[in-house]
Amino acid sequence: MSKPEVAIVGIGIHPFGRTPDRTGQEQGVYAVRKALKDAGVEWSDVQFAFGGSQAAGAADTMVSKLGLTGLQFINVANGCATGGSALFSAYNTIASGAFELGLAVGYDKHERGAFRVNTRSSGLGDWYGKQGLALTTQFFGMKINRYMQNHGISHNTLAKVSAKAFRNAEHNPNAWRRQPISEEQILESDMLSYPLTKFMFCSPAEGGVALLLARADQAHKYTDTPVYLNAAVVRSRRWGSFEVMAPWLALEDGDGPTVDTSKAAFEMAGIGPDDIDVAQLQDTEAGAEIMHMAENGFCDHGDQERMLQQGETEIGGRFPVNTDGGCLANGEPVGASGLRQVYENVLQLRGAAGKRQVPNDPKVAYTHVYGAPGISGVTILSK
Amino acid sequence: MANQVAIEEGLFTWPSDDPRLIGSQCQDCGAVIFPMQSGCPRCASDNTEPRELGTRGKLWTWTVQGYPPKSPPYAGDIENFEPFGVGYVEIHDEVKVETRLTIADIDALTIGMEMELEFIPAYIDDDGNEVITFAFSPVDEKKGN
Repeated sequence: MSKPEVAIVGIGIHPFGRTPDRTGQEQGVYAVRKALKDAGVEWSDVQFAFGGSQAAGAADTMVSKLGLTGLQFINVANGCATGGSALFSAYNTIASGAFELGLAVGYDKHERGAFRVNTRSSGLGDWYGKQGLALTTQFFGMKINRYMQNHGISHNTLAKVSAKAFRNAEHNPNAWRRQPISEEQILESDMLSYPLTKFMFCSPAEGGVALLLARADQAHKYTDTPVYLNAAVVRSRRWGSFEVMAPWLALEDGDGPTVDTSKAAFEMAGIGPDDIDVAQLQDTEAGAEIMHMAENGFCDHGDQERMLQQGETEIGGRFPVNTDGGCLANGEPVGASGLRQVYENVLQLRGAAGKRQVPNDPKVAYTHVYGAPGISGVTILSK
Repeated sequence: MANQVAIEEGLFTWPSDDPRLIGSQCQDCGAVIFPMQSGCPRCASDNTEPRELGTRGKLWTWTVQGYPPKSPPYAGDIENFEPFGVGYVEIHDEVKVETRLTIADIDALTIGMEMELEFIPAYIDDDGNEVITFAFSPVDEKKGN
């Protein structure tokens, strides 16, 4: 493992789901205050911040509530990788030696129902949305439909992913959907975008997460349980990948950005997929978790069928995935979602995840996000 | 009969005797994309020319839009919404095009089936025009094929 330069020394979260009496920004501020308390520092100690939301305003407005200390605050907007990009930027700011203590924060508050896509800001013509193609859910249905045929994934295995998410979330007080749902109920719920049913999709939601980062060699000033950031990587798509919101795809089939991001992250950390003890993988729907297991290098395409059927990705299994319920049970406040994964991994590595704690003292953890128009972000954490 | 208009200028050549989608082809590396644009995403050349695409291809993948999309951006009839098919059709030796499908029956759609270009009404615009867009239908469904 490469020698880490950056550590996470404080974490804070605002519960995910629906909080009608708080704006998105207030949920972000709440998370920052929790992170400050966790690290035992004051807002005035924080030297810089990277933050973002997709639908809840510019993150740098938070300083009006947190305190006008004059710090460097940079807004980040990078779709589903907004949180990951804030973290990546904070990581590099510390690794470069520019600052010693900084914040990565993300929050959001989306309207109910599926994401409303602004086709123009997505670089698409109005015709695309008008005729009913501007839906992220269609992409997910089409990608897993082809994948199931090519790699032998069953409908029941899709249901198992969702059932696991809701079961794990039952032990996560910050999750949104905490009622276990049976595989039968999941399969019989409304078919939103074949082969994916209502309970196989996550929903846009609300929530906030804040992480305080410090130089690794100073981490013990702030915490007895530092978690080191061994890799933080963001990549965009290359020719041949199959992406959300794509009016066309190349004739040739190629790997998606997740594959590139994952390989770069493992290289940066100096380890391989077998070294990972717990992973949070983008599960905007049940099929995504399955496909991302292979795209991130944790198994061969098609192995997921056996792994899910044998419970290998359960909290007590060989390779636990989405231990906090993932996007499926937490919903997806875009700006906060990637940071939620890191928050969960810090808890797991600290041994502080309560009833959903992965057994046998996990030491290395992995997060992955994927989003439009073809971006991915990966982190590798260790203690 | 309502006046018919194309959903977007430059997307396809309808109305014509042999209406086609208009993509573009890189004059340096040959890559084809849709709709047409300047700039080649494969080789980064800016030397692209419009290209009328073939009308047949294989269904590469598909789904069925089972719930009414949000409006805007969707301009179709929400109140009388009927699920519609969506897929990518791999136009032979050119490009995969994302498209509405003329059928939404999960038992009738199969990856790899032969598809053919059609033009269908998408919605009625504010001026009462019937707005026409492109779609693909299974070849077997058509008479005589």
